[in-house]
Amino acid sequence: MLLVSPSTYIAAFSFMGLMGFIFTTILEEYSKSQLAVPPASAFFAVYFIPVMFMVPLLTMKCLAEERRLGTIETLLTTPVTTTEVVLGKFAAAYLLYISFWASTGGLFYILKRFAGDARLIDPGPIVGGYLFIAVSGLFFIAIGVFTSSLSRNQAVAGILCVTALVAVILGSQYLGSAAWLESESMAPLKSAVNYAQISVHEQDFSRGVVDMREVLFYVSGTVLALIFSILSVEAKLLHS
Amino acid sequence: MPESPSNLAIEVSHLVKTYAGVTAVNDISFTVPRGEIIGFLGPNGAGKSTTMRILTGYLPATSGHVSICGFPVATETDEVKRRVGYMPENNPLPDDMRVSEYLYFRGRLKEVPRRKLGSRIDEVLELCDLKRVRHKIIGKLSKGFRQRVGIAESVLSEPPVIIMDEPTIGLDPHQILIVRDLIASLRGRMTVLISSHILPEIEMTCDRVLIINQGRIVAQGTPTELRREVLGQSAYEIEAAGPLGDLQFLLGAIDPGLSVASEGPIDALGFRTIKLKTVNDEDVGEAILRACLSEGLRVRALSRAHPTLEDVFLAATRRSWDAVAGEARGGRNS
Repeated sequence: MLLVSPSTYIAAFSFMGLMGFIFTTILEEYSKSQLAVPPASAFFAVYFIPVMFMVPLLTMKCLAEERRLGTIETLLTTPVTTTEVVLGKFAAAYLLYISFWASTGGLFYILKRFAGDARLIDPGPIVGGYLFIAVSGLFFIAIGVFTSSLSRNQAVAGILCVTALVAVILGSQYLGSAAWLESESMAPLKSAVNYAQISVHEQDFSRGVVDMREVLFYVSGTVLALIFSILSVEAKLLHS
Repeated sequence: MPESPSNLAIEVSHLVKTYAGVTAVNDISFTVPRGEIIGFLGPNGAGKSTTMRILTGYLPATSGHVSICGFPVATETDEVKRRVGYMPENNPLPDDMRVSEYLYFRGRLKEVPRRKLGSRIDEVLELCDLKRVRHKIIGKLSKGFRQRVGIAESVLSEPPVIIMDEPTIGLDPHQILIVRDLIASLRGRMTVLISSHILPEIEMTCDRVLIINQGRIVAQGTPTELRREVLGQSAYEIEAAGPLGDLQFLLGAIDPGLSVASEGPIDALGFRTIKLKTVNDEDVGEAILRACLSEGLRVRALSRAHPTLEDVFLAATRRSWDAVAGEARGGRNS
């Protein structure tokens, strides 16, 4: 269904357009002056722009529309469990998200083909960057699935998802630099906030440092968000 | 897999469902043997859809016991879902799929083996007269086609129990006929539970009828039984001219329960319509005619009134409302 629906291709096209634009802008910066980091690092450093608009768009429909159309009723009266439905929705959105990102590999291929400058194509940051996208994508998509389970209105689900992503990505950054957390008594909270710095994780991955604690952060976040989604779908049934 | 030794497809006992303090279903019990077509009648908000949703395992019951083909819904929901084909109210369908794609998707969900699914889809498309639209997008189909896609989907995996919530809603008379034949063709092979507002519909297709009002079963049985039980009388209509005189006395001689219910106004030709009623079920038409003639009445017409299921339905629901109102009054007095 995903591969025959025109909306998939429209989404993929606009995603590629945006990523191409970002990539070109970065390369233009490089043509003006030599920067310290390889272009791949700079490219993955702005991961939050596509995340914040692609993840809500990909996930807001998944459970909200089932409930609005009432097809959740026919779906759950077949021999499938709520868990299977939520995991299926999650897997579909995640695979689409990953395949969108995989298509940006073409940008690096074009660069390699025409730049002829080996310094621009450093495989380390590219592999690390994609690994970060794959791991963090689990968590972001799970957040999207959860917000979609909260409302039967797609727009509301989408806005909730954007808010949640902003809170998770930028909120942790903000808290990380907040002065009131610096005091001694706030030390445990401070360490927790430091642990949840998604942009720091991104830099680590790009440098080739794959810390299992960071991977665990995303995996546990994913599991938690999916469990909440399942509970949310079931709770809505009980109170429908 | 152990099949239940009993021959019952649906068993419901003392089912109660409350939503946020409102009792939607109040202590319902009934059983449906295999292969029977049963109609579920009731005014809006009577608890029909809620009962059906509980039967499919979609909603949990507040209390009571429900089992489908011997499998309790509460504990073996998966087994129950494998045995039930369900078409919800308003028949929700995904708008962006093609008919054949949708049926394929549903077939896989319902665990129909891939090898059998293709031929089975052809069969149900044929059965529901959907061959012409198999490649059309569901969102662009007319209401009648959508309804038939829903029916095709519910019989797709050949479940022993089929539950349909208002399958004929929004169809034209010709399509209703097709759906009715379709449901009748399932008789004996599958147990079908349908709900409807259209009473002649139920009367023609169903072996048995359950009338439900305000969460309680107010009457059940075959349409004939219901007529006798709920209305409890048969009625005759005579159009006659002449003095009535001792008619009442003569009628009493035929059948002690027979009495004049109402007399209509006399028309230009001197005839009037007299309605008679009796609790007796035997046909006493001939005796009435003879009595009238011996009394010197000129009789133009005599007929035995056949109450429709509609009358039964109205009488049964009214009776249950009276009972509920009486209970409420009694409760307040005590």
